Amino acid sequence: MKQISKKHPLAIRWFHWINFPVLFTMIWSGMLIYWANDVYHVGFGDKTALKLFPDWFYAPKRLMDTPLEYHLDSRLSEGMAWHFLTMWFFFFNGLMYVLYTAISGEWRYLLPNRHSAKEAFQVVLHDLHIRKEPLPPRKFNGAQQIAYTSVVIMGIGSLLTGLSIYKPTQFAWLTTSLGGYETARFIHFWLTMGYLGFFLIHVTQVIKAGWNNFRAMVTGYEVIDVPASASTSKASPAEELRP
Amino acid sequence: MEPTKQMKSEQQKISELRTNELSEPLSEEEAKRQIQHLSRRSFLRGGLVIGAGFLGWKWLNRQYTDDGTNWVFRRALQVNEGIVQGTFYSANHLSPTFPRAQAKDPRENGDFGLEEELDADAWRLHLYGLAEGGETTEEGMAMMPPPDASLTLEDIKKLPAVEMTTQLCCIEGWVEVVNWKGAKLSDFIEKYPPVKDENKLIPAYVGIETPDGAYYVGLDRESALHPQTLLCYEMNGKPLTPEHGAPLRLVIPVKYGIKNIKRIGVIRFTSERPKDYWAQQGYDWYAGL
Repeated sequence: MKQISKKHPLAIRWFHWINFPVLFTMIWSGMLIYWANDVYHVGFGDKTALKLFPDWFYAPKRLMDTPLEYHLDSRLSEGMAWHFLTMWFFFFNGLMYVLYTAISGEWRYLLPNRHSAKEAFQVVLHDLHIRKEPLPPRKFNGAQQIAYTSVVIMGIGSLLTGLSIYKPTQFAWLTTSLGGYETARFIHFWLTMGYLGFFLIHVTQVIKAGWNNFRAMVTGYEVIDVPASASTSKASPAEELRP
Repeated sequence: MEPTKQMKSEQQKISELRTNELSEPLSEEEAKRQIQHLSRRSFLRGGLVIGAGFLGWKWLNRQYTDDGTNWVFRRALQVNEGIVQGTFYSANHLSPTFPRAQAKDPRENGDFGLEEELDADAWRLHLYGLAEGGETTEEGMAMMPPPDASLTLEDIKKLPAVEMTTQLCCIEGWVEVVNWKGAKLSDFIEKYPPVKDENKLIPAYVGIETPDGAYYVGLDRESALHPQTLLCYEMNGKPLTPEHGAPLRLVIPVKYGIKNIKRIGVIRFTSERPKDYWAQQGYDWYAGL
């Protein structure tokens, strides 16, 4: 026997899916801004061992007689225009999400607790096929709680470092407390790289978890197995493993 | 949940589900049928949103351009400008200052308006829009009216000299600490007062140009009057070199480097927003920090 169970509230599904194109636009426009002054590299003193974006990235070789010129390093004004328009959507969507989870009580599923770290470690072992035991039957396991809470904190970090390099004179106190303009810009950049890392792991896990799990983020419902002692009580439905 | 004896209509079951967290136990096929019914609507809605987003993006790309960017972005930049000016801009917010020893010569970035050889003796700073002086025309430089005043570098140096070591923030994203010496633009405006507007304020904008008119910036009144906005003639303890804007340049830490115009030839007080070289290329006119 099966049951159809409500999983994700409508509001959270909207926040989630709005955030997807908004964050994508923030990252892309942010890269257009970065490429205008591509300074991050691995090196010592004046010696550069590794550039983040090597020269061929900006002027790739001709491919089948078609010049591959995207002028990625000269699209600064375009990047800034997109960035400083989209930032409002990123900010308000994130703010509404945090307020909603706080007021609705959804935060109870999302905030890590003192067991989360140990559980997250077990999840990693499980995913690496080292640990055989099934994962905890909850909406979000320890690894998810840590990941989904961290990404909100990263979002706040992006807003603060962003504000400190957007208006470093008006918010001089903030810029200075973040270690100055260049440090704040560095943090702002690596938070973005953090989102890309989050995205890769997230998508991998969603693919692994399968259609039932993905569909729940669209429709809000998932199909679950009825436990052996079949009961329609709402109290504690057994839930299958899901990310 | 009430056990059901009668057959319920599909709609009833679905609406029951929408209000409950959990359905009654269902057979495999029944669960499949119901979840498909529930999903159809959500995926259809999702598809419509994606479609609308795509059309919106196409629409955005079709909009007319307003100085190098389309009017939607131009408007957004102006809204941001209004928010900055209306909520947190203050003349008391100062750009951080640094120890003199940290100052370095900045890179030579941007030589627009510096092409002609500088004749330091012949150089004059021409002012338009002064309270006392010649006639001003709305046509401005196009008509080449006689300036209200033409000053020498000595006139600027008579004003109280100010020294500061601040960060020069390039819009490209790099910053450099530089030591500057010059006169406050606010002191200069007090000495050479422009025509006041109906509110007894100086005009809302200041336009500044190189002598050949090849480079030009526009400033809002508040930024022009900021205490760290200087007309500079010395950099890192030495007179300005031609590449860095000799004989006189603007240093304005509340703006990106693009507004820090070199080799000033003309200062114009005006109630209309002056043209700005980089704003015409799609950048933010305000460019405030």
